[in-house]
Parts: sequence; structure tokens; C-alpha cells
Amino acid sequence: MNAVIEAKGLNLTFETNDGPVHALSNIDLTIDDGEFVSLIGPSGCGKTTLLRVIADLEQPTGGTILVNGVTPEEARLSRAYGYVFQAAALYPWRTISGNISLPLEVMGVARSERKARIERNLELVNLSGFEKKFPWQLSGGMQQRASIARALSFDPDMLLMDEPFGALDEIVRDHLNEQLLKLWAQTKKTVVFVTHSIPEAVFLSTKIVVMSPRPGRIHEIIDCDFGVDRPLEIRETPKFLEIAHRVREGLRLGHSYDDREPAES
Amino acid sequence: MTERQGVSGFFLDRVLPIGVVVLVILMLWYGFAVLLNSKFELDQAARAGTEISTRDLVAKTMAQERPVLPAPHQVATELWDTTVNKKITSKRSLVYHGWVTLSSTLLGFLMGTLLGIGLAVAIVHSRVLDKSLMPWIITSQTVPILAIAPMIIVVLNAIGISGLLPKAMISTYLSFFPVAVGMVKGLRSPDTMHMDLMRTYNATQAQVFFKLRWPSAVPFLFTSMKIAVAISLVGAIVGELPTGAVAGLGARLLTGSYYGQTIQIWTALIGAAVLAAILVWAVDIVSRIVMRNMGMAR
Repeated sequence: MNAVIEAKGLNLTFETNDGPVHALSNIDLTIDDGEFVSLIGPSGCGKTTLLRVIADLEQPTGGTILVNGVTPEEARLSRAYGYVFQAAALYPWRTISGNISLPLEVMGVARSERKARIERNLELVNLSGFEKKFPWQLSGGMQQRASIARALSFDPDMLLMDEPFGALDEIVRDHLNEQLLKLWAQTKKTVVFVTHSIPEAVFLSTKIVVMSPRPGRIHEIIDCDFGVDRPLEIRETPKFLEIAHRVREGLRLGHSYDDREPAES
Repeated sequence: MTERQGVSGFFLDRVLPIGVVVLVILMLWYGFAVLLNSKFELDQAARAGTEISTRDLVAKTMAQERPVLPAPHQVATELWDTTVNKKITSKRSLVYHGWVTLSSTLLGFLMGTLLGIGLAVAIVHSRVLDKSLMPWIITSQTVPILAIAPMIIVVLNAIGISGLLPKAMISTYLSFFPVAVGMVKGLRSPDTMHMDLMRTYNATQAQVFFKLRWPSAVPFLFTSMKIAVAISLVGAIVGELPTGAVAGLGARLLTGSYYGQTIQIWTALIGAAVLAAILVWAVDIVSRIVMRNMGMAR
């Protein structure tokens, strides 16, 4: 297996008016090609910050990190990843197909090729027929699916997802989790997925990175292999519950349940 | 409040509330006209040594040639007379004067909008310009326009520029400001996620501008333009005052006050108000069409 993300001794300290905040402390993490890795932890554990460092949206203050064997900046410049935010962040003045077309326009993809890719990716997220709709005409779940199609449209090797389903209700979330798994199986992309839902992490991942706050660090890495084909029902199996229990235990030992005001990440 | 349907709904929701306000204004106007103009009539009667009945007094206050405050129907008559009954090429036609003012308003508004957008683009893309230009832009508006307008006219006249352009430049001076301020805010309005998204695509600054900043700023642009078009009209009228009152609504105001023609002043005022309303309404219509095409009208 090829390592696509390699972090060694990664540190990131934010200087704030209340003194330094250690968002990331001594992070060692290797993510292999084709893995689905979840970063889980309470608010303030640095999981979003770590994702943003991988995406070159934040600069680490210490340690090294390689993405696809190069620096995050070089990886970003070569458009190595698609990023999915907490909110769909669709541009309201563009139709759904216009939004999916956006990265392609920026990257200078020809019109005919754009059209084909929009069609293919809308199909991938089950949104065919909604090309001409504006974002506000779609439900929250559909908007987030469109934003996933947008991230996939330029066919990056990697998908970085920052709590993409956090704002959706549980029924929609279950449904999207299933779709995301299918998508992952179909496209064989590496996915780094930030969440604070234990069932979501266990259901989706091949590897769960349990993080803990103050300073943000990795507490434990739990392997979790249910194979590619996992129906929602596996969530009632003893194995699933056992892994979920281990994640919860890890969070507890990492002081995630301590009775302190969590700082916003 | 839920919108009622049909003709009676239109009457109840639109005609009735506006009608009531108009009626109250008219009643107050008539009341003040009688009150303010009666002193003259009472003086006249006293000088002639005659008594004047209340009924006569009220009737006379509404039919003076140079009243302190003309009654609404006097203004309405004058308005009709100077728009419909005069050829629009006539120097006494309000339409003619309105057109003179409108042309410099529109030219000034166009230049002001372009200047405002240009300044905003420069400010948003350069920290240095943000620090250095913004204080001057704000200072420019603290100078009373009435003080600076004659100087602009005189200076431009001295270098051979006269006619439409100097007046339009006063409109520009006033109207670039709301556009500049509104567009700075508008071009900075994209949220962090939308900006980060462009960064993940490795977009150029030009792409960020045309695909994100500009479309985000469009609603701000139209709001600013509504203010700008109204003060452009003010600027054009102010610009007409020091030119010797040749033509335009400003000229009508000035000659009116020279000769105590209060009816003419009020008519010009109403004309200016109607023109302003039409201009703001026109910008609003364009804004609605653009916003609908951008999918922002719900």
C-alpha cells in the first residue's frame, strides 16, 4: 500500500489574545491509498484543523507532513483533493450544474468535457434531473450531495470531508452514509472524514483516529474492517458494537468526557 | 400578514393604506396653507378697513398668486399646465427642465457608479489602498456640496469645460460614495467557506473576483445604486444653481425664489420628487430582473 498522507510530529499552535492554543500536538499519522479514515473527537480536539493542514488551508508550526509525497501546498496546487465542508457551500447564484461546473471552469476544462463530467457526477450522487435547480430549491441532504459531486467533478485522488453530514437529521444521515460507502467502493478514492458521531465513524471507516483535546492530539488509532460491502444492518452486530465501545472508551480515556467547557475547534 | 387575493385584496392591501396616508398629507397641507397664508389676507383686510368672513378668508388663502405655502390644487394646476399644456421644447415646460436635469443626473450616476466600483475593487485587493484611500473617500463627503459645487463649475469653466459635464461631475462626486462603500462590503461578503473552496481549486485572483466576489457583491451594488441615483439627482440640481440658472429643475427653483414664485418652486420640487421616485424604481426593476436571473429571487 502507498502512503498518501504521512504526518510526523506535527504541531500547530494558534496565537490568540488569551495566549497560545495548542490545536495540534505531536501528530503522527499515516493514511494509505484507498483507505477511509475517520477523525473523531470532541470539539477542540483539532480534527478539523488536521484536515485543514492536509488541505493546506492552515500552516503547521512544527513537524512534517507529506501529501502524495509532496508538501500540502504542492498537493493543493496539483489539485490532489476535493474538499467537502460542513455546509454545502454551494454558490447561490449558480444552478446545481453550474456549481459542479465551478472547479472545472477554474481548472480550464473544455465545455463539452464539463458537460459530460457534470452528468456523470450528478448520476453518482443520485441527483440527475436537478441540473437546472438553484441550491435553495433543494433539501439540505441534496445540497450536500451536490457539494460532494462538485468535489468529485475534477476527479481528485482524495476526498477530504469536514463533518459533511453534521447538520443533517439522522435519517438523512444514514441514507447519505450508505451512498457515500457505495461511492467510495466505486471510485476507490482515499477519504479523510471528520465526524463526532461514533456510529458514523465505525460504519464508514477502515481506520478510526480517536483524538482528544487540550492539546489536540491522537489518542488511539482503531482498525475497523467490515469489508467494502456493509449494509446499515451491520450496526446491530456484536463486532460493530464492540468497535463502537472501543472508540467510546478511547474518547473517555482521552478525557473527552471531562466536565470542562469545550473550546471551539 | 398574508396577502389577500383579487381586486378587493389589491384594494385592501395597497390602495387603502397608501390612500389614507395621501389623504392625511393633503389635509395637513391644506390646513397649513390656510394657516400660513391667512396673515397676508388679514393684513390686506385691515389695511382696507374691512372685515373678512372666515369663509372668504379660507377661499382667498387658497388662491393667492404668491402664497407662503401654495395649496395642493394650485401646485397640481401648475404642474398640469407646465407639463401637458406646454410644448416640451418650451423654456416654460417642466418636462424640458426635467430632461436637462435628468441627462446630467444619468451621466453623473453612470460615472459615479463606475468610479465607486473601481475604487472598491482597488481597495479590496490592496491593503495599502484600503488604508490610504478610505479616509479620503470619507472626507470627501464631509465637505458641504453647496460649497464645493460652484468651485467645480468655475474651475471647469476656466479650462473650457461647460454645459453637461460640470453638473454631471457634481452628481458623480456625490454618487460614487455609496457605491464605493457598498461595493467594498459586497466584494468582501463571500464567507470563509466559499473563499477556502476557491483556494482548494488553486484559483487565480481574477477567477476569485469574477466567479465569487463580483456575483456576491451584486445585491450590494443595487442597494448602493438606489441611493446613488437619488443623490445624483440632488447633485445635478445643486449643480444647476451656480450656473446662472439657465435650465433644469434647479434653475426653476432658483428663478422661483428670485421672483417669489412659490408655486413654481413647489412644482419644481414635486417634479424632482417624481423624477427621483422614477429613477429609484427603475434601478429596482433592473435589480429584480438581474436577481431573478441569478436565482436569488425566491
